[in-house]
Amino acid sequence: MMKKAWKSIVIILVLLFLYLPILVLAVYSFTDATNIGAIRGFSLHNYVTLFTTPELVRMILGTVVLALAAALLATILGTLGAIGAFYSKKGMSSAITTMNQVPVVNADVVTGFSICILLVVVFGIGKDTFIPLIVGHVTLCAPFVFLSVIPKLKQMDSSIYEAALDLGATPLTALVKIVIPQIFPGIVSGFALAVTLSLDDYFVATYTKPATFDTISTYVVNATKGAQTTIKTALWALSTVIFLLVVLFTIVMNLRAKRAGRERGQV
Amino acid sequence: MHKYLFSRKNLGIPYALFLVLFVMAPLLVLFYYAFTNGQGEFTLLNLTGFFSDPNTLGTLCYSFGIAAVTTAVCLLLAYPVAYILATSRFRTKSVILMLFVMPMWINFSLRITALKEILTWFEGNLAYHPFLNTVLGMTYDFLPFMILPIYNTIAKLDGALLEAARDLGAGGIQAFLKVTLPLSMPGILSGVSMVFLPAMTNYVVLDMLYNSTYIMGSLIGSYFAAYNWHGGSMIALILLGIVCLFTLLTRGIEEENTRGGALL
Repeated sequence: MMKKAWKSIVIILVLLFLYLPILVLAVYSFTDATNIGAIRGFSLHNYVTLFTTPELVRMILGTVVLALAAALLATILGTLGAIGAFYSKKGMSSAITTMNQVPVVNADVVTGFSICILLVVVFGIGKDTFIPLIVGHVTLCAPFVFLSVIPKLKQMDSSIYEAALDLGATPLTALVKIVIPQIFPGIVSGFALAVTLSLDDYFVATYTKPATFDTISTYVVNATKGAQTTIKTALWALSTVIFLLVVLFTIVMNLRAKRAGRERGQV
Repeated sequence: MHKYLFSRKNLGIPYALFLVLFVMAPLLVLFYYAFTNGQGEFTLLNLTGFFSDPNTLGTLCYSFGIAAVTTAVCLLLAYPVAYILATSRFRTKSVILMLFVMPMWINFSLRITALKEILTWFEGNLAYHPFLNTVLGMTYDFLPFMILPIYNTIAKLDGALLEAARDLGAGGIQAFLKVTLPLSMPGILSGVSMVFLPAMTNYVVLDMLYNSTYIMGSLIGSYFAAYNWHGGSMIALILLGIVCLFTLLTRGIEEENTRGGALL
C-alpha cells in the first residue's frame, strides 16, 4: 500500500507542475487583478475585452483559419504522398520517406528561416500574399500526416483491394471505396495533429507571415514585451478559454471512443 | 495495370515535388547563402567567423548547457511518471495519460505566459535567476514529449522477460536495471531527441522569461532582424549539422541495442 501511495504522489506532483500555472491563471482571469497574488473582486471584464477588441478577435480567427487551411492542404498532400510512397518501388519510396523526415527532425527556426530565404529573398514572393506562410505551415504539418497514414497502410489487408479489382472496380474506385476507408483513422489523426502543430507554431509564422497579420503565438510573444495591462490580462482569459476547449474536446473524444467500444461489445 | 492511366504510385508525385521544392531547395539555398557574402562571392568567412568569435562560441556552449540540463530534468521527471503509469494498474490510467497529453494542445506561448506569472509571484524579479527560469520554462513546455515515447515503449514491454529475470534469481532492482531500463532505451532516445534540439533553439522561452542571454535560435533571429541572410544561413547550417550528428548518434545506439537484444 505504501508503494502505491508514493507512486500516486509522484504522478500528482508532476501533474501539479503541469497544471498549476494554467489553473491559477484561470482563477485570476475572472478577477480585476493585474498580477498573480493580488486579491481583487470577481469580474468578467477580461472576457469582454477578449471578445470585443477587434485586434484580438482578428488574431484568434486568423490563427484558426490558417490552421484549418494549412491542415487541410497538408492532409491531402501527406495522404496522397503516403499512398504513393507505399506503392512505389523501394528507391522512390525511401527517397520520399527521407525527405519527409527532414522537417520532422529539423528545428522549426531552421525550417521557417530557410523557407523565408527561398520564397521571399530568392523568388521575391511578398509575405503579404500569405503564400510563404501557408507553404511554411504545410511543410511543417504534412510530414506528420504522412507519418500517421503510413502505419495504417501497412496494417491494411491488401487482398481486399485485389478482390475489388477482380470484381471489376477500376483502381480509382477501389482506392476511394477500399483503401481510403481503411486508412481513414490515420488520416483523421494526421489532420488533428496538423491542426495542433499549426496552432502551436511560432517560428515558421514569425519568419513568413505578413507584418500586419498575427497568430496567437506571435501576438502573445509580442504582447508580453509591451506593458499593456488590459491586453495582458485578456490573454489570461484566452488561455482559460483554450484550456476549457481542450478539456471539453478530450471528454467528448473519450466518451465517443467508449461508446464505439461498447457497440463493438468490448466495453 | 497498364490499361489504366491512373496508378496508385503516381499519387505520390505531388508530395514528392512539394518536398523537393519546399524542403530540399530551401536547404540548398541555405548552403549557397552560408558560403557566399553580400556580393555573391564564395567565402568561408561566415564559417570561420562563427568558430573564432568568443561570443558565438559562448552562445553555442550556453545552448548546449541549457539543452543538456533541460533534457536531464525532463528525463528524471518523465521516466518515473512513464514507468509508474505503464506498469501500474490504476483504474484511471487512460485518464491520467490523457492529462499528460493535454498540455500539448494548449498554445505554448500561453502556457509560458502562465508559468511566467507564477514565477514572477514567487521570485519577484525574474532577471535574478535566468538559467533556472529557462530550464523550468523549457521543462514545462517539453515534458509531455518526453513522457509519451517512454510510456509507449515500457507499455509494450514483454512482461515474460521480467518474470524470466525473476525466475533466474534477479531482484527487483536488478531486473529493472538489466531488463526494463535497456529495453526502454528506444523511448528514452526518441524523447531525448524531441527535447534536446528544441531546447537549443526555442529562444521565445528565454525572451518571455526575461533571459537576455543568446542561444543558437536567437542568433538566427537577430541575423534575420538585421537582414543578414548569409550569417543566418550559416547558423541554420550549423544547427542542421547538429541535427544530423544527433540522428546518426541515436541510430548508432539503437542499432547496438537491437544487437544486444538479439543476444538475449
